[in-house]
Amino acid sequence: MKYQFNWSVLWSGQTGGWLLQGLLVTLEISVLAWVLAVALGLLSGALRTVPFRLLRALATCYVEFFRNVPLLVWMFFWYFGVPPLLPEGMRNWLLDHGAEFWAAMFALGVYHGARFSEVIRSGIQAIPRTQFEAAQAMGFSTWQAYRLVILPVALRLIVPPGTSESLNLLKNSSVALTISVAELTFQTRQIETYTAKAIEALTAGTLIYLALCLSIATIMSRVERKFAIPGLIVRVG
Amino acid sequence: MLDLGVIAANFKFLIVQGLFGLGGFAGGTLRLAVPAIVLGFALGILVGLARLASAPWIRLPATAYVEFFRGVPLVMVIFWIWFIIPQVLRLPVPEYGVALTAFVIFEAAYFGEIVRAGVMSVPRGQVEAAHSVGLSGVQTMTTVVLPQALRNMVPSLVTQMIVLFKDTSLASIIGYVDLTKAAQIVNNREIRPFELYLFIAVVYWLFAYSMSRVARRFEHGSARA
Repeated sequence: MKYQFNWSVLWSGQTGGWLLQGLLVTLEISVLAWVLAVALGLLSGALRTVPFRLLRALATCYVEFFRNVPLLVWMFFWYFGVPPLLPEGMRNWLLDHGAEFWAAMFALGVYHGARFSEVIRSGIQAIPRTQFEAAQAMGFSTWQAYRLVILPVALRLIVPPGTSESLNLLKNSSVALTISVAELTFQTRQIETYTAKAIEALTAGTLIYLALCLSIATIMSRVERKFAIPGLIVRVG
Repeated sequence: MLDLGVIAANFKFLIVQGLFGLGGFAGGTLRLAVPAIVLGFALGILVGLARLASAPWIRLPATAYVEFFRGVPLVMVIFWIWFIIPQVLRLPVPEYGVALTAFVIFEAAYFGEIVRAGVMSVPRGQVEAAHSVGLSGVQTMTTVVLPQALRNMVPSLVTQMIVLFKDTSLASIIGYVDLTKAAQIVNNREIRPFELYLFIAVVYWLFAYSMSRVARRFEHGSARA
């Protein structure tokens, strides 16, 4: 049997709306997870460089445990494993408010937080130690030195690896389909199930991901140039 | 509260079947991960070298290949292969073949970038010196550039191998019985998700973490050398 192409399935009936909904859910989950991941990454990445042993060890445990286990396993763990252990009121609230969305968002954020942490740590370690010592000599506390001297420079240094890690997060949001979050890949599969037009559906989904990733990469390379510290960053490639 | 009996009772199925792939199902995390790493790296060397070629008809397709696969989720690629291969070959392909093909094609784009960066890290003078003692282009690449490039690549190569190792869990989406799928199968019967998924998390962690320790040793080794 020869494959019959029928591209109109992508805009006839409900399918166009499904793609749009999927795109919105993908963006929603990625943005929320990104905020969580950056917050956890900033905190743990900075803690891994502070002169307090216990805090460093805690941050290291978080990073090494979460980033060395597959995201899919974390999704199953947070979605199937954790809710039964929660207090009844909280569990019922979750079940009424899209438990799979929150579990996937949390899994994505905590997993990528551990990976952002490494990016931020390497940014901080790229700053000469003398900057921190100079800040201390000026009478800054550790917190002030990080907030006013170290982090502002580190954040400008890590724009390129931070961008590629953010794109990884966006692409990894597709794993949420395994716990039936109706994101873009899920909707692509749904269109294929309803219309039996696999190639058309997959093409549409693939092109949307490509367009998202390429446009974010383009915008961020502009941002990178704008925020580059003159004389500090040598652009490669 | 934590019921470890469920792990003990199903330990053999999870580890022997799920991790090693020895048993009734054609599955296994390691049986998929090891060939995927070897073949993905081999294809990655070709992709990486093609990206450095001076002829545009070699370089541009390789660049398009890398940019395409790095802009698309792996889950999407797995679904593509799942539908396309049976269409093209006109015969059913087992999940193992589908998963292995998808991983090799996808990861070659990432390995290719590592190879490219590694080759670019070899000083230009090495190539000129090799040419001036009369080595051909291929000889220069295989006996002078690649051995040095490989040493510079080791840390990022191992990191990518860890990523690929973890990514094999996605083969469970199309029904391949790896460690993740094995845990799902057991969970459907036992309904102990917390214990089971935590257990496989620890198994994955042991492998990935020991690989990252090895990478760190190499990093120190090459720094000292």
